[in-house]
Amino acid sequence: MHDTDVILKINNLKTYFPVHSGIGQPKQFVKAVNDVSFELKKGETYGLVGESGCGKSTTGRSILRLIEPTDGEIIYQGKNINKISNKEMMPVRKGLQMVFQDPYSSLNPRKRVGTILEESLKIHNIGNKKERTEKVMEILNKVGFSSEHYYRFPHEFSGGQRQRVGLARALIMNPEVIICDEPVSALDVSIQSQVLNLLEDLQNEFDLTLLFISHDLSVVRHISNRIGVMYLGKLVEETTAEEIFQNPLHPYTKALLSAIPIADPSVKREKIKLKGEIPSPLNPPKGCVFQTRCPFALDICRQVEPTLTMKNENHKISCHLYD
Amino acid sequence: MNETLLEIVNLKVHFDTEDKRVTAVDDVSFTVNNGEIVGVVGESGCGKSVTSESILRLLDEKHTNYEGEIRFNGRNLLSLSPKKMREIRGNDIAMIFQDPMSSLNPVYTVGNQIQEALMLHQNLSKAEARMKAIEMLKLTGIPAPEKRIDEFPHQLSGGMRQRVMIAMALSCNPSLLIADEPTTALDVTTQSQILDLIKSLKDEFNMGTIIITHDLGIVAEICSKVVVMYLGQVIEEADVSSIFETPLHPYTQGLLKSIPHMEGNRNEKLYVIKGKVPTLNQVPPGCRFAPRCEFATEKCKVSAPILESYGERKIRCWNFKEIQESSIQVNRGETLNA
Repeated sequence: MHDTDVILKINNLKTYFPVHSGIGQPKQFVKAVNDVSFELKKGETYGLVGESGCGKSTTGRSILRLIEPTDGEIIYQGKNINKISNKEMMPVRKGLQMVFQDPYSSLNPRKRVGTILEESLKIHNIGNKKERTEKVMEILNKVGFSSEHYYRFPHEFSGGQRQRVGLARALIMNPEVIICDEPVSALDVSIQSQVLNLLEDLQNEFDLTLLFISHDLSVVRHISNRIGVMYLGKLVEETTAEEIFQNPLHPYTKALLSAIPIADPSVKREKIKLKGEIPSPLNPPKGCVFQTRCPFALDICRQVEPTLTMKNENHKISCHLYD
Repeated sequence: MNETLLEIVNLKVHFDTEDKRVTAVDDVSFTVNNGEIVGVVGESGCGKSVTSESILRLLDEKHTNYEGEIRFNGRNLLSLSPKKMREIRGNDIAMIFQDPMSSLNPVYTVGNQIQEALMLHQNLSKAEARMKAIEMLKLTGIPAPEKRIDEFPHQLSGGMRQRVMIAMALSCNPSLLIADEPTTALDVTTQSQILDLIKSLKDEFNMGTIIITHDLGIVAEICSKVVVMYLGQVIEEADVSSIFETPLHPYTQGLLKSIPHMEGNRNEKLYVIKGKVPTLNQVPPGCRFAPRCEFATEKCKVSAPILESYGERKIRCWNFKEIQESSIQVNRGETLNA
């Protein structure tokens, strides 16, 4: 593993949201992303999974600085893009694109699809009008549309088609990295498989690196090379897609895996039941973030916060049980 | 134990729009027994929610026309007066909706909302209803129910709200529970808690339950019988293990193949059912699935198949026997190779 393979490196990323709690009271923070580090290697798909409120979407958005991170480094093309100005950020954004979860609300209903797709070319001053239109037609073909779709409005498309427009919008800048925030969660299963297959084809064709954020573990397993599991703003486990399903180590990962319903009634599994619900990020528990729900919690877990450490070459875990 | 509780016979639901009549549910029949969990699956727009809402007659009846019968305990629900229907709703038949936030009233405490049904249907006094409400909240696994009962919906998390919905639905001991996507808005760990709860409550009260979902995993997990719908029609009905082991209808087969499996080969492409669900304005003349079916013959394109019995199962397809034989041959080939 050489450093040259790493295309995007996230170091100790923190995104805190201030909560206004009244005059004279101490300012509180929701620690949505709390000290998360990982890296994306060229051409891979990194899956980020976790339940709602664990900070996975905030992580994705913080990387693109759609939400300003509080602290930490985002190293892209050898440069920390966290602290640079918006003007300097412009050329960087060409290489880092995003696909959003809800294909209905992420396309402007009053603009034609062609205009929506051309907008980013215009902002970055690429080509003249004719060249831009040609480029858009070409991208539309790549995601399986014909040129006539250029003139249609978003409401004329179905959910799956809109998500393909979202993909086209991300692709048009020839990015190196695409951050996909729950791209198939809003779609029916038969449409979901179409979009996933298309995403894989495009990844091969354009040599893309993907950060795939999702709560659906079977989808993440299908598309990812490596997977990171988040809980309450922390990365608790990270390893390859095979390893995480065959040999999950963190109790939370185990519980998460055993909670997925499997479409096969003959499979009988032993379930790890989690009690209670995810604690408020305003008031994270002392020690390990998972200790309040962990069936195996030790005394040390309630006192000392574990750190993400290498278990072996490609397995990182943050848990006292494996110290 | 295995008495028939609900029998839907040739149900058709038409909606009158400005210019024409749209048939959202076309000739749907199935039964639900006591103590049985029936899963109704299908993609968006297949009519699964309309079917469940017509059982309780929740649709706007000014623009809705029903045909067929919905027999519940021997009575046809479709011919009951609005007053009689009100006595059944929430009392004998209860429903859990998909989105617990928008189905709870934000300006009343959860206790108020649970007590309302109890006071209305069971003639309990306010104090008795409150006791019962606390008991129901406890049953659904809400910690400190005495405190929670005076809270408002916004003070509760998504899983808690869904538990409140379940407590409300079960408070009058319904004999039939309809759950429309009860866990779609929830996380997997919460989902598994709620599914366990529904399962244990079904055992305890011997309720008949209909679960409407698009998630085949949930069906495999808790249902005993499965009804698969496509474009307003039932296309296959069978017990849960048959559906997953030997799906007969090409649509059911396609649905099962298009979900990524936990044990599947990750390098393999996912199966895609070609085309998309047509709108109800453009229902194909023959078999409704024919334009997307890889086995479709000329007959399928012109003449619509009926739902016929095949052993214990039901299937709406002209060629299912041929399709099954061809897939068995592939299996034999595989065994030979091994």
